[in-house]
Amino acid sequence: MIRLEKRPTPSKMWTYLTPIVAVLLTMIAGGLMFAALGKNPVEAIRTIFYDPLFNEQFAAYSRPQLLVKAAPLILIAIGLSLGFRAGVWNIGAEGQYIIGAVVGGGVGLAFYPSGSPLIFPLMIVAGGIGGWAWAMIPGLLRVWFNTSEILVSLLLVYVAEQILASMSLGLMRNPEGGGFPGSRNFQQWDAVANVELIPGTGMHWGVVAAFLAVIGAYVLLAKHVLGYQIRLTGAAPRAARFAGVSPSRLILTCMGISGALAGLAGLFELTGPAGQISIDFNSGYGFTAIIVAFLGRLHPVGILLAGLLMALTYIGGELAQFMLSVPAAAIQAFQGMLLFFLLAVDVLTNYRIRLARTDTKTGAA
Amino acid sequence: MIRRQFTALALGAAAALSALPGLAQDKPVKVGFVYVGSINDGGWSQHHHESAMKMKEHFGDTVEVIEQESVPEGADAERVLTQMALSGVDLIFTTSFGYMEPTLNVAKKFPKVKFEHATGYKTAPNVSTYSARFYEGRAIEGTIAGGMTKSNIIGYIGSFPIPEVIRGINSSFVQARKMNPDVQMRVVWLSTWFDPAKEADATKALIEQGADVILQHTDSTAPLAVMEKAGGVIGFGQAADMAEFKPTPRVSSIIDNWAPYYIERVQAVMDGTWESVSTWDGIKEGMVQIGEITDAVPEDVATKARTMMDDIASGTYHPFTGPLNKQDGTVWLKDGEVADDGTLLGMNFYVEGLEGSVPN
Repeated sequence: MIRLEKRPTPSKMWTYLTPIVAVLLTMIAGGLMFAALGKNPVEAIRTIFYDPLFNEQFAAYSRPQLLVKAAPLILIAIGLSLGFRAGVWNIGAEGQYIIGAVVGGGVGLAFYPSGSPLIFPLMIVAGGIGGWAWAMIPGLLRVWFNTSEILVSLLLVYVAEQILASMSLGLMRNPEGGGFPGSRNFQQWDAVANVELIPGTGMHWGVVAAFLAVIGAYVLLAKHVLGYQIRLTGAAPRAARFAGVSPSRLILTCMGISGALAGLAGLFELTGPAGQISIDFNSGYGFTAIIVAFLGRLHPVGILLAGLLMALTYIGGELAQFMLSVPAAAIQAFQGMLLFFLLAVDVLTNYRIRLARTDTKTGAA
Repeated sequence: MIRRQFTALALGAAAALSALPGLAQDKPVKVGFVYVGSINDGGWSQHHHESAMKMKEHFGDTVEVIEQESVPEGADAERVLTQMALSGVDLIFTTSFGYMEPTLNVAKKFPKVKFEHATGYKTAPNVSTYSARFYEGRAIEGTIAGGMTKSNIIGYIGSFPIPEVIRGINSSFVQARKMNPDVQMRVVWLSTWFDPAKEADATKALIEQGADVILQHTDSTAPLAVMEKAGGVIGFGQAADMAEFKPTPRVSSIIDNWAPYYIERVQAVMDGTWESVSTWDGIKEGMVQIGEITDAVPEDVATKARTMMDDIASGTYHPFTGPLNKQDGTVWLKDGEVADDGTLLGMNFYVEGLEGSVPN
């Protein structure tokens, strides 16, 4: 009989090994699924993981796209991970992402068609503030009324989506768009277009921000007193209180940082790859980032790698879809497997598997 | 707007003749399709997919079709299109309005690849647009609705307040009023193209408000299912025939039929005659089809609907013919004047008699 025995301390080896094992298991299980769908599993796995990076036909384009797709995921996940470590569960990054884009975009449009170089920085600030303010709602409600920030932040996503729809149909609708929904296209407005900084690299301001966030979070957690408070609160909330950590302030700080980063991600996406405020502007980055945060073990460097891996499955998944006609749902299932196996294998970090002979007297039940 | 004269049959014959002997191309023409929904959503995307399959069937091995479903509009679309273009496709159909900017951006980078964007209004040397005059079908529905309502209240489930949807509301209302001057129309906006639960709720709300005819501009069969349960309420199939609700509550339907267009455009690529066009076809060309009008419709109403269908097809009647006023009472079309395509494409106002306002 197999028995789980709790380790006295989490295994260091398994902490690092878990993601790798999870990826391998995903490949195996995913391969079986592709085989069941009548596709060549080896070819499918190769298309997802290898082709975007090394296929001659696609790689020159796909590789930079990896950064483009990963940047918002990493930026949001970094913010979320700080809260998650301290036991502050901001599930509504999707909403903060939307509001950041709407507020930042709105500030920009107020100055259209000015060519001033100050507008883009102003939009960035406004985007961050927008996301921060949206996250403050569940944060303050939690502090004042002890409501669940999980529920409030999640439900505010749907409110944000309604605001987004209303904006693209009304206030922010492009007056030259022939009555169609959607704002002006920011890519076509040179003063604010978030273009590639170095051609052919995919590197835009959002990618830069994501890298800065990784470094910032690393330093914060390793060196700064706030990072210490976050880690301490996560590990031992009571002890943290005795050590003088104010729970309310920590909640607001964590919600605020994650909201602001999500808002920034929205703004960079709006002025860059997405281009305009539209009804379908949000494409689930806020939710996917939760997976990325956990896949990256809530560690800044881990999140960086996890974000890139997640982006790879998206881009490779798209290739697999049209090259091998794998259905979109199979790709989503594949991504789901990744999280599932991660959580499953994660047990090994905290538990040890023991193969023990069943004791007849106690094991009968 | 370039209007094309064209029948699928003649084209099919031509294609068979031209494709068979030559096979001049050693490589099949590679055609890509990008869908916003899944290919079994029961509505918009499914119909594009089925039309793509009919096109593939028509050409057989001389065409290779690649498809990508559930592609979000925006940044992801641009990447998907670029990857498709890189994979060596000759022609890409982008089948949702939100793909407009991504299509144009990618088209700029791949001047040799040809693009066809559905329901948009921006073209480029290698980007065509195509759409269907669904408002012609709405006129038929309005005629039946006005002729059949007893409560004088017609419900309308709207998706997004964009010109496409507003045109449909105006078109059906104008014809319903012609059949019955006391008709009122209640519009509910759902901000979605496909959400069975929301659509069902909206249908119930409209029935409670006294509507006994309900039109929908959303794609699921949920409204018809609610109507069937409620009884005494009729509706129409949308995008698909939705024949399973015959003979009532579904008394007729508007069917999207893209296959002839897809066949024609792929043929043009094969022949090397493809060029950028803006196509807006209707009942005449077969892009808009009216599903069977069932026996639940009284004979005189059905006859009027069929006559209108014939008149629209022959070009002797336009659903928006004056005198027509805008909602605020100002003159839109003088007696006998016909709406121009530019106004229709950007329509953002209600006609006189409609209550409420276009939301924004």
